[in-house]
Amino acid sequence: MVTYLYNEIFCSKRMNKIQKFTGRFMEALVKACGYMTALTVILIVLFLFSEGISFFSMRPTEDNTALWVNKSNTVQQLSATQVKDVFDRKITNWQEVGGANMPIQLFTIDELAETFTEDQLGKSFEHVPRCINAFIDSVPGTLAFFGDKQTEAGLPAARRMEMAKISFIGFVSGTEWFPTSQPVASMGIMPLLLGTLLVAFFSIVFALPLGLAAAVYMAEIADDRIRRVLKPMIELLAGIPSVVYGFFGLVVIVPFVQEQFNLPVGETALAGSIVLGIMALPTIITVSEDALRTTPRYMKEASLALGASHWQTIKNVMIPYAGSGITAAAILGIGRAIGETMAVLMVTGNSAIIPHSLLQPVRTIPATIAAELGEAPFGGLHFKALFALGCILFVITLVINLFVELVLKKRDKQQ
Amino acid sequence: MDYPKGADRRKRIVEAIAFGTARALSYAIVGILFLILFFIVKQGIGVINWEFLTAGPKNGMTSGGIFPAIVGTVYLVLGSMLFAVPVGVLAGIYVNEYARAGALKRFIQLMTDNLAGVPSIIFGLFGMSLFVNQLGFGASILAGSLTLGLLALPVIIRTTEESLKSVPNTFRHASYGLGASRWYTVRNVVLPTALPNIFTGIILAVGRVSGETAPILFTVAAYFLPKLPSGILDQCMALPYHLYVISTSGTQIEASRPIAYGTALVLIVIVLIVNLTAAGLRSYFGKKVKMN
Repeated sequence: MVTYLYNEIFCSKRMNKIQKFTGRFMEALVKACGYMTALTVILIVLFLFSEGISFFSMRPTEDNTALWVNKSNTVQQLSATQVKDVFDRKITNWQEVGGANMPIQLFTIDELAETFTEDQLGKSFEHVPRCINAFIDSVPGTLAFFGDKQTEAGLPAARRMEMAKISFIGFVSGTEWFPTSQPVASMGIMPLLLGTLLVAFFSIVFALPLGLAAAVYMAEIADDRIRRVLKPMIELLAGIPSVVYGFFGLVVIVPFVQEQFNLPVGETALAGSIVLGIMALPTIITVSEDALRTTPRYMKEASLALGASHWQTIKNVMIPYAGSGITAAAILGIGRAIGETMAVLMVTGNSAIIPHSLLQPVRTIPATIAAELGEAPFGGLHFKALFALGCILFVITLVINLFVELVLKKRDKQQ
Repeated sequence: MDYPKGADRRKRIVEAIAFGTARALSYAIVGILFLILFFIVKQGIGVINWEFLTAGPKNGMTSGGIFPAIVGTVYLVLGSMLFAVPVGVLAGIYVNEYARAGALKRFIQLMTDNLAGVPSIIFGLFGMSLFVNQLGFGASILAGSLTLGLLALPVIIRTTEESLKSVPNTFRHASYGLGASRWYTVRNVVLPTALPNIFTGIILAVGRVSGETAPILFTVAAYFLPKLPSGILDQCMALPYHLYVISTSGTQIEASRPIAYGTALVLIVIVLIVNLTAAGLRSYFGKKVKMN
C-alpha cells in the first residue's frame, strides 16, 4: 500500500516533469519552424543579392582574357560600349575615345596568324607572347585582345587596358543581350524586361474579361449546384503543371498562331500571352469572386429596391464596390505571369530582341535564367549576370505581392 | 406608379444578354480545361502500356518508357514532404496557437505570403547557390527535395493555419479547464480535429511539387540516367523535366513526340488524382467536422 502510494506520487511528479519538459521543448521547436519562412526569404535575398550585386563590380570581359595597348597610349580606360564599337569598326581612331589622333589597329588571334608565319610563332607556339609584344611595340595604335594563356610570359611593351565596371544603369537600359560575345559581353536587359512585360500584360488582357465574367457568374448568377461543379474545375486548371501548359501550347497554340497569321514561326509573344492567360485565369477568378462576395447585402438590396435589375446591380454596385479586389486580382495575375518560367520558355521562341509586335518571338527574364544558367560557367560573368536578373525578377514580384497585400488589407479593414 | 414599359423590357433584354455572355464565357473556360485534358488524353493514351511505365528510355528517347522519371518524381515528392510537412505543420501551429498577435506574427505571415509569391525559378537559383554550391550537396535528390520543400512550405503553413483556425475556441478552453498544458491541448485536442483539413493541404502541396520544373532544373534533374539513383546524393530524372526536355531539345523531337504525349498524360493523371482526392476529402471531412 505504501509502495503503491509512493509510486503514485513519484510517478505523477515525474510525469509532470516530463510533460513540462515536452511542452517547453515543443514550444521552442514550433517557434523555430515558425521562423522558417522568414528565414528562407532572408536567405533568398542574401544569396541572390550577394551574387547579383557582385556582378556590378565585374568588368564585362571573360575572366581569363584582357585588352592590351602600347605603353605610349594615353587612353586609360574604355567602357564596354566603346570596346564593342571598336570591334564593330564603328570607332576607328583613338581620338574618338579621348586619345591621340591615330588609327586603332585591332590585333587578335586572327591578325596574329596573318601577320606572323608559323616559324615565327614557333612549333608549339612558344614565341607567341614575343610576337604579340613585337607587334604592339611597332604599331602604337594597337588594341590587342588575347587570352591570358597567350600573354602569360608578359608583354614588356604593352599595358593592360582597364575596362570600366558594369554599371547598373547600363545593365537596365542596355538594348542588347549577348552575354557570351567576345571580347566584351553585351548585357542589356531591356529586351528581356520589355518581353516579360509585354507577354504578362497581354496575358491579362486576355484573361481579365474572361475571368471577371466567370467570377460574376459564379458569385451571382449560377445556382449552387453549378457552382459546386465549376469551382473544382477551376481549381484543377490551377493544378495543371506549367510544363504541361507549355507542352500544350507548343503542340496546339503555337501551330495555330503560325497558321492564323501566316508566320514563319509560331513561337511568338502572342502564343505566350495566350498560354499565360489561361494559366492566370484561376487566380483572377478566385480573387475577384471573393471580392464580389464582400459586397454588403444592404447595398445590393438597396439597389434592387430602387428598381435596378440584377445585372444593373452587378454592373453599377457590385463591380465598383469590388473594384480594389478586382484590381488586386489583375495585378496578382500579372505578377504570376511575370514569374512564370517553363510555359513561357517553351512557347515564346526565346530571341532576345526588343519586341515591336505580339507576332515576334520574345524572351522573358525567367526564361533567360532557365535557359542559360545551365551553360554559364560557375561564378563567371554570365553566371552572375543571371543572378542579377534573378534579383530584378525577385524585386518586381515582391513589389507586386506587397502592393496586392496592401490593397486587400485596406479593403478588409474597411469592412 | 406606372412603369415605362419599354425601359423595363430593355432592361430585361440587356440582363439576359449579359447573363448569357457571363455563362457562355464561364463554360468556355471549362471548355479550355476539357480541351487540354481531352487533347493530351487522346494523344497520350495510345502510348501508355506496361512497358512505357516500367522501362527506361531507349534509342535517344524515341522509344522505351519513363520508369526512371516516375521513380525520380516519387523520390522528390517524398523527400520534399519529409522536410516540408513537419516544418510546415509546426510553423502553422506556431502562427495560430503560440504566437501572440502583434508585429512579429504579422511579419511572419507576411513572409509566408511573400514566399508563396516568389517565382519558382528564383527557388531554383536559390537552391542552386545554397544547397548545390554552398552546402556542397551537388546536383542531387537531397538538394532538389529541399528546394521543392521550401516551395511547398507556404502552401502547407497556410492550410494548417486555416484548419487550426476552424477549430472552435471552446475546444481549447475545455482542455485548459481540465488542466491540460498548451502543447497537450494542441496535440490531443486541436490537431486531431484539424487533421483532415491539414491532410488535404498536404495533398495539394504534393500536387504542386510533383509538377514543378523550374526549381529542379539546376538542383537535381538529369537529362538521362541509365540506372536508378542509389542514394540521396545522386541525380535523378523527373517527369516534368523529362517532358520539357523531350519536347524542346534533343535531336529527334518529332520522333520522341509520342513519348512526350505519354509523359504529359502521366503527369495530368497524377494531378487529377491528387486534386480529386483533395476535393473528395474536403467534402467528406467537411461534413464530419460540421457535425462535431
